Amino acid sequence: MDLENQKRVLELSEKYGKENVVVVLGSSEAETAGLAAETVTAGDPTYAGPLAGVSLGLAVYHIFELKDEVDADVFDEQCGMMEMVLDVDAIAAEVKSIREQYSNF
Amino acid sequence: MTTPVVKGAAYVLVHTPDMVMHYGTTCSSEHEANPNSEFLKKVPSHLRTFEEAVKYAPNQAYIGNILPDELNNIPRPWYKNLMEDAKADGKMGEMLSQDELYIVMKLCDAFDLVMLEKSFSDAAKEKISKKPYFTEAEIAKIKDGFDISEIESKLAEGAEPLHYNGKVVGCVKAAHATDKSLTAHIMAENIATKATAVIATKNLLYKNNISPDSIEYVIECSEEACGDMNQRGGGNFAKAIAEVAGLVSATGSDTRGFCAAPTHALINAAAMVKSGLYKSVAVVAGGATAKLGMNGRDHVNKDVPILEDCLGAFAILVTEDDGVNPVLRTDIVGRHTVGTGSSPQAVMESIITKPLDKNGLKITDIDKYSVEMQNPEITEPAGAGDVPLANYKMIAALGAKRGDIDKANMPTFIKEHGMPGFAPTQGHIPSGVPFVGAARSMILDGKINRAMIVGKGSLFLGRMTNLFDGVSIVMEKNPGKAEEMGAVSKEEIKGMVAETMKEFAAFLLNRK
Repeated sequence: MDLENQKRVLELSEKYGKENVVVVLGSSEAETAGLAAETVTAGDPTYAGPLAGVSLGLAVYHIFELKDEVDADVFDEQCGMMEMVLDVDAIAAEVKSIREQYSNF
Repeated sequence: MTTPVVKGAAYVLVHTPDMVMHYGTTCSSEHEANPNSEFLKKVPSHLRTFEEAVKYAPNQAYIGNILPDELNNIPRPWYKNLMEDAKADGKMGEMLSQDELYIVMKLCDAFDLVMLEKSFSDAAKEKISKKPYFTEAEIAKIKDGFDISEIESKLAEGAEPLHYNGKVVGCVKAAHATDKSLTAHIMAENIATKATAVIATKNLLYKNNISPDSIEYVIECSEEACGDMNQRGGGNFAKAIAEVAGLVSATGSDTRGFCAAPTHALINAAAMVKSGLYKSVAVVAGGATAKLGMNGRDHVNKDVPILEDCLGAFAILVTEDDGVNPVLRTDIVGRHTVGTGSSPQAVMESIITKPLDKNGLKITDIDKYSVEMQNPEITEPAGAGDVPLANYKMIAALGAKRGDIDKANMPTFIKEHGMPGFAPTQGHIPSGVPFVGAARSMILDGKINRAMIVGKGSLFLGRMTNLFDGVSIVMEKNPGKAEEMGAVSKEEIKGMVAETMKEFAAFLLNRK
């Protein structure tokens, strides 16, 4: 995950409390989605950014996992095309697996 | 009003393995943070030789020796299935080695900042003098080399080293004692950008038999900034490049927009020609040393060669209509506006389908889409996937949503209207423009009629806006209207003259 984004996630979780933050990912690949999910839960696996060694354990979802939470028209407008293009099942499975292992919320 | 055409395009790659280690941000950051890291130790064994880089099929596609579609016939990984008969000289450009770059950097060095060791300099000068596009007078301008001790003392004062085969053969000095915009590192980056763009421009002129003084304007569209502490991005690379390339009738300016800049520049060039402002406009860009080995850590981890070992450059010439070369349709231009929104769907609609709709065209009416043409072999090990394929899937999905194509036919559409990625991940270099040359030859050969050139840019990297950007323009077979219309108007003139003569004769007769 981009070092600047790591910093923003860290600052937001400190400001509002870890239990009040949900990270919504939009990555297009299962591997990168998994790495981002790991970064905001277990800590930065590349040990490069502000979340290296910091286990926030935040709630983390990929937007595809939240389809039912979003207005159908908005979802179609914002994500409909990408849903046809990306491997939705693989992305969702990867993020779910990380969430179940490391998320505390 | 004339129609702008793509008169020629040139593509250059410079193999720079030592620069990967010392100028690429991935390696140089690691040097600073962790100089004894395992990664840095493994880098040299993952670098390719010049011959291996030449035989690498995506590089052959970039310099125009094979069409991008031909990569579909070469099994992957391409780095293991080399093209044994490949040549460094390309139909549309060439590949050069690092010593050749350093000597062209010296040729481009207006302020005596580049110092090369004498024997290295002499050998490299001899090598570059064999290039058919450099004149004797230009070669003679390259100043003599230095004793290695002089270079070492400059390195001790903070100059940036230039390595060749692991050894120091020169350096680039800072252009000012305290100015942070003129440091040795920035000067080395900028002179490398200028030099690679000069080589691409020289190839454009030579391979297309274009007179240097015919070019009236140059638009440079790389991602570097040149200037001093009072105007950090003051410019002007374009004029500096034009000067060394011998474009004596040209002035120019720099256009920026991250990876989208080359397509912006192409549209600007087309507009300048269309309006009659200039008859001949060159769009040029040199390479980015910072991006060398950008994904090197992942390549080393996955035991893939460091494939980001080349600087990329290109030059495209847009001129007034010659009735032959493919036209740039300034009436079929897509743009992502501020109000467009940032969802991938909104982005693709604004760049791809809106301009088509405006002109009554379907997604299938474009034979080939040139998108972000990054070589997937570079991006896949880094977890970024196959970028062009992702773009083609998005275009196909958009087509399916609109009913232009059947959802079941998406894979066929992608194969026919797309192509494998083949360009180095040099930011602006892979974005849309790498296919302009191939599209020109495919259109001239009657293989395709229409191609869309798409440039997209990640503006948020500059931290000035969270927005994304993208533009597109269509290249199309020249209908030969210029000649036809010329012929028709000549006929019309003859007719008008005959008519007037007849009327005059009748007038004279009547008067009698």
